[in-house]
Amino acid sequence: MKNVTVSKAVTALMLAGLVLLPLYSQASGNVFILTLFTRIVILALAAASLNLIMGFGGMMSFGHAAYLGIGGYAVGMLAQEGVGSGWVQFPVALAASAIYALVIGALSLRTRGVYFIMITLAFAQMAYYVASGLARYGGDDGLTVYKRSDFSGLINLGNRTQFYYLCLACLLGVIFLIWRIVNSRFGLVVQGLRSNEQRMQAIGFPAKRYQLVCFVISGTMCGLAGALLANNTDFVSPAVMYWTRSGDLMVMVILGGMGTLFGPVMGAVVFLLLEEFLSQITEYWALIMGPLLLLIVLFGRGGIMGMLGRAGRG
Amino acid sequence: MLLVVEQFLNGLQFGLLLFLLAAGLTLVFGIMDLVNLAHGSLYMMGAYFAATFAAWTGSFLAGALLALGATLILGIVLEMSALRHLYGRDHLDHVLATFGLILFFNEAVRLIWGPAGLALPLPAWLTVPVPILPGIHYPAYRLAIIVVALLVALLLYLGVMRTRIGMLIRAGASNREMIGALGINIKLLYTLVFGLGAALAGLAGLMQAPILTVQIGMGENILILAFVIIVIGGIGSIRGAFLAAIFVGMIDTLGRAFLPNLLRQVLSGAAASTAAPALSSMLIYLLMAIVLVVRPEGLFPANRR
Repeated sequence: MKNVTVSKAVTALMLAGLVLLPLYSQASGNVFILTLFTRIVILALAAASLNLIMGFGGMMSFGHAAYLGIGGYAVGMLAQEGVGSGWVQFPVALAASAIYALVIGALSLRTRGVYFIMITLAFAQMAYYVASGLARYGGDDGLTVYKRSDFSGLINLGNRTQFYYLCLACLLGVIFLIWRIVNSRFGLVVQGLRSNEQRMQAIGFPAKRYQLVCFVISGTMCGLAGALLANNTDFVSPAVMYWTRSGDLMVMVILGGMGTLFGPVMGAVVFLLLEEFLSQITEYWALIMGPLLLLIVLFGRGGIMGMLGRAGRG
Repeated sequence: MLLVVEQFLNGLQFGLLLFLLAAGLTLVFGIMDLVNLAHGSLYMMGAYFAATFAAWTGSFLAGALLALGATLILGIVLEMSALRHLYGRDHLDHVLATFGLILFFNEAVRLIWGPAGLALPLPAWLTVPVPILPGIHYPAYRLAIIVVALLVALLLYLGVMRTRIGMLIRAGASNREMIGALGINIKLLYTLVFGLGAALAGLAGLMQAPILTVQIGMGENILILAFVIIVIGGIGSIRGAFLAAIFVGMIDTLGRAFLPNLLRQVLSGAAASTAAPALSSMLIYLLMAIVLVVRPEGLFPANRR
């Protein structure tokens, strides 16, 4: 039982830190740390959504960054056309992501294994090129969002602290949702499909339908992250959909611990802080980050959560 | 007519170049079951080595040969130091580890050669246009790429299908334990295969270098294309990779050349000129999606199992 307490204690500590961060930022006058952590929380949300299909569902999507772009472009395009209300922008962003996920999911789920990794990658690259071709919305150069989403005075996205808490609330809400999904009958079926698809099908579950629904839920959640990200940077460009971004998200999930509830959050925090920290020491931070990833894969099975579990046991 | 022939040859040349990259990838993928995202980095290193060695020796050919040897050695070192430990692990582990290698290589290149790109100038005898049909000239260098790549493809086919080493490689692909039990040094064999793949990637990189600039990240876009090719062709199949590479090279080149004009017939001029580049970039991904939906195992699935 001790191993459970170690990882639980670290998770609780991290969550407490995330909740109290704006207080620290205000007390110390360090505005930068709040901006940095807003980004971390949003990408943690994206990583958590990827974890739902990758960790629990066994579907290795290598094109998850596409939803970041779709959610972002939904906000940016509507803002450009004069629709500034968040009550319109966010539902559109979620719906667009869901529809995209439904279409590519229906096609991609016909394949499996490495082929699935590659076909999701190919679809994300297509989305990337479509965005690059949108001359009206900035094309390659991207689209500046001049006004953040307006929630009719309920919450002010221009206020750093309020926006941070909105992002954090979204993250915790999504994790709660994932927790409920994973422990529901639906979630158990999806996890069963990860372990043995043939057997589940023999029992009589329509495998593809369950997986597709899970895929769409995950994509919709990531679309939310995209809409928040566009508000955070006041900018959206095809670069958010580039395949290395999908790679970053995968790294966060695996680094934190695949198939664990809070692993992706841990992974996002560690990955992005490490990136920030190393880039302050040296301009050539990737020179250290790259081999570090390799070492984590070779020696740190199960990611941070797995290591914490072993530390508790050992 | 002139344009059509020229673009056709450009497509063939690009396709053959892609084949060199895809062949190494599909060998490593099909035989060691290793997803190597860092294959594009080896392509980049080939180009950087060639540019450096050519500047040192003052000869393009000497530079190219030295670069080929250097990427071969780099590949072998990489396999023995890191990738060897990944065999038999989850594909996801491969993706993560080799993603880290890409970061490392890009940064190492920035550190050693600086952020600006390099140029690899061609010797005079390779820049002359060669008449291929009456009235039609084609650059000698691009023609040389076609010849070299076809030669390599033939050697690769003969090597894998007709030699003892090739037989061992194929046997190792179908049953690793069995061939190990028969007294074959499978570790050495895998190292050799990986080195061969690295050298092929390096060859593609150094041949492409004089056409494009040698720069950081040059391997990443083309790596995705190579993955598209081996997925279309069927993972592990060299024949599939060859046909798919030519197909993709043609579609990409011809699409870029003729799609803008075709679109202009249907759309207004401005709309066509903005839509065409995006659409021609999408074409191959669209092709891959269609192939996978119709034949989820690729066009020529390697007959393993």
